Amino acid sequence: MKHPPLLQAKNLKYSFNETGTSTHVLNDVSIELFPGEITSIVGPSGCGKSTLLYLLGLLDRPDSGEISLNEKDVLKCDDKKRTILRNHKLGFVFQFHFLIKELSVLDNVALPMRKAGKSKTASYEKARDVLGKLGLLDKSNRFPHKLSGGEQQRVAIARAIINSPSLILADEPTGNLDTENSKKVHSVLSKLAIEENISVLIVTHNLELAQSCDRVIKMRDGRIIE
Amino acid sequence: MAMSLIGIVLGIAFFVITQAQTSGFEAFFIRTILGTNGAIKISDRFQDMDGTVSKVSKDGNFQFFFRSREEAQYTEGIRFPDEIRNALASYQDITGISEVLEGTAELAGSSRSFPVIFQGIRYHDHSQVSELNNQLIAGAIVDFAKDPMSILVGNRIAERLMLKIGDRIVMKGGTGTLQLRIAGVFETGVSQIDKKRIYIHLSTARQFKGERFAGSFFQLALDNPDKAPELAAQIQYHLGHRSVSWQEREKVWLDVFKALRISSAITVSSILLLSGLGIFNVFAIMVIEKTRDIAILRSMGFSRFDASAVFLWQGLIILFLGVLLGSFFGFLSTYFISEIPLRIRGIFSTDSFVVNWDVFHYLWAISLASVFVVIATWVPARRAGKIQPAKIIRETL
Ligand SMILES: Nc1ncnc2c1ncn2[C@@H]1O[C@H](COP(=O)(O)OP(=O)(O)OP(=O)(O)O)[C@@H](O)[C@H]1O
Ligand SMILES: [Mg+2]
Repeated sequence: MKHPPLLQAKNLKYSFNETGTSTHVLNDVSIELFPGEITSIVGPSGCGKSTLLYLLGLLDRPDSGEISLNEKDVLKCDDKKRTILRNHKLGFVFQFHFLIKELSVLDNVALPMRKAGKSKTASYEKARDVLGKLGLLDKSNRFPHKLSGGEQQRVAIARAIINSPSLILADEPTGNLDTENSKKVHSVLSKLAIEENISVLIVTHNLELAQSCDRVIKMRDGRIIE
Repeated sequence: MAMSLIGIVLGIAFFVITQAQTSGFEAFFIRTILGTNGAIKISDRFQDMDGTVSKVSKDGNFQFFFRSREEAQYTEGIRFPDEIRNALASYQDITGISEVLEGTAELAGSSRSFPVIFQGIRYHDHSQVSELNNQLIAGAIVDFAKDPMSILVGNRIAERLMLKIGDRIVMKGGTGTLQLRIAGVFETGVSQIDKKRIYIHLSTARQFKGERFAGSFFQLALDNPDKAPELAAQIQYHLGHRSVSWQEREKVWLDVFKALRISSAITVSSILLLSGLGIFNVFAIMVIEKTRDIAILRSMGFSRFDASAVFLWQGLIILFLGVLLGSFFGFLSTYFISEIPLRIRGIFSTDSFVVNWDVFHYLWAISLASVFVVIATWVPARRAGKIQPAKIIRETL
């Protein structure tokens, strides 16, 4: 790749400290992510994939190591700054859709943009635009519980990308879906990576889908093994 | 939440209502006793070489406190009333000075007699230090003023002896008997006074009693009755006569009123406290229920403050509505209560509920409600702000 990395993490260490015993979950993990590239992380359950994702997504802080986003050290930032960065630069998709059940699909998707300070009309317009791209425009006035699992997950993706982030972090986004829906969600993500020049990082147990990514990172016992 | 709001409304309203009543009755009592026995009573002369005077400076004002010792020597009465009167004239706060000669006697009606306490007064002076004029429920004060052998009797005495205006009555005791004419009947509302006291002219009283000084005292009225304790201490120090302020004289009753006011405030505050606990409960449960939503909102860029603000706003709205409605209902109820007929005779007399309108009752109620609601909101809101998204998302999945 000619581009500088979008995100660079070096020697990340992370451990849970509970009443005297400390469990080391990540050991010297280093990773680089590039714009327009879709990367997958695979590894046995409990090897620290989610933990790594939370660190890269600025939801948690490592014990030691470095993380820079656009060549800017984000570990030195305070919570306020990191919160703003999450809003502007990052998008999360989890195994569970985490849509807010009291809000319609349209409102759910518009939420991060409203938070970014954009007007209601602009947010709704963009939300419809994004929902259209994901083939969900006709469902925009429904409430989340009236959608299928695949649809819910695609709404969650729509919400993750409404602020045009540079990086999407997806933790087993297809974990609850059947093969067909998994493929659909996966292709949506890879399309986004190419079309919008977004960097996508997917944690998955689905090896077939993992292999179709630009790059596969294998983890074991808190380390990257290849 | 609606229940808690109702609680706040009722708490504020009840607080205002109970304070309006208790302080209303207190103020009324004070008015009654000031209008009857005056603000300061100067009586027996005493010599106390070892008594201590302390001069205390408070906010730049000097206050005198006189502490007499147990073995102080008292001489009954005021021996040189004119000198005392002259000396008192130099106090600017004193608005009225009345010399009174007090003693006991028997009033003999047509069928039976009755023990009374007479007070010999100069009508003109005494009207400056009392509400005697307004306390008259029968007869005319001018009749009393112009006839030195006339008498004003308390209404309970008049009832007992079945006296009418113009009746002749005999006062026995002292140097002999006096033939007096009923010029008026008064009611102070204080039953101890209404069934014991009569007023006669000072000169008549002196004749009757035979002694000029024993039992004589001065009753003073003040510009500002709140200054009475300080002034009484100064007078006592300067004039060497025992001076007692109304606050000291009526301490027992004043303390009763104060205790009543405070205890009702505490009781009613518990409504506010319970509502606060209710609000706290609702918010605490809400935070727990919404933990996952808050975590996900935090992950997409909502700040700690955003998470707290949701709850803070709701708390403020409840407080705002509670204060508005509570004050309104408190005000309305206070008004209606003041119209309720209620006959009280005893330590004062009234024919309807007495209320005191005081903005401080509202401010106190509002402050208390604010403290409880703010705490009840603040604690859960803070907890909402402290939710760690990574931890919650990890635990949810
Ligand atoms: N609160 C905790 N205290 C101690 N250890 C924990 C805690 N939470 C997770 N762990 C441990 O951290 C390790 C990494 O967890 P993580 O969720 O990152 O694994 P993962 O690779 O995402 O697994 P999966 O594929 O099952 O999602 C696990 O071994 C887990 O037991
Ligand atoms: Mg995981």
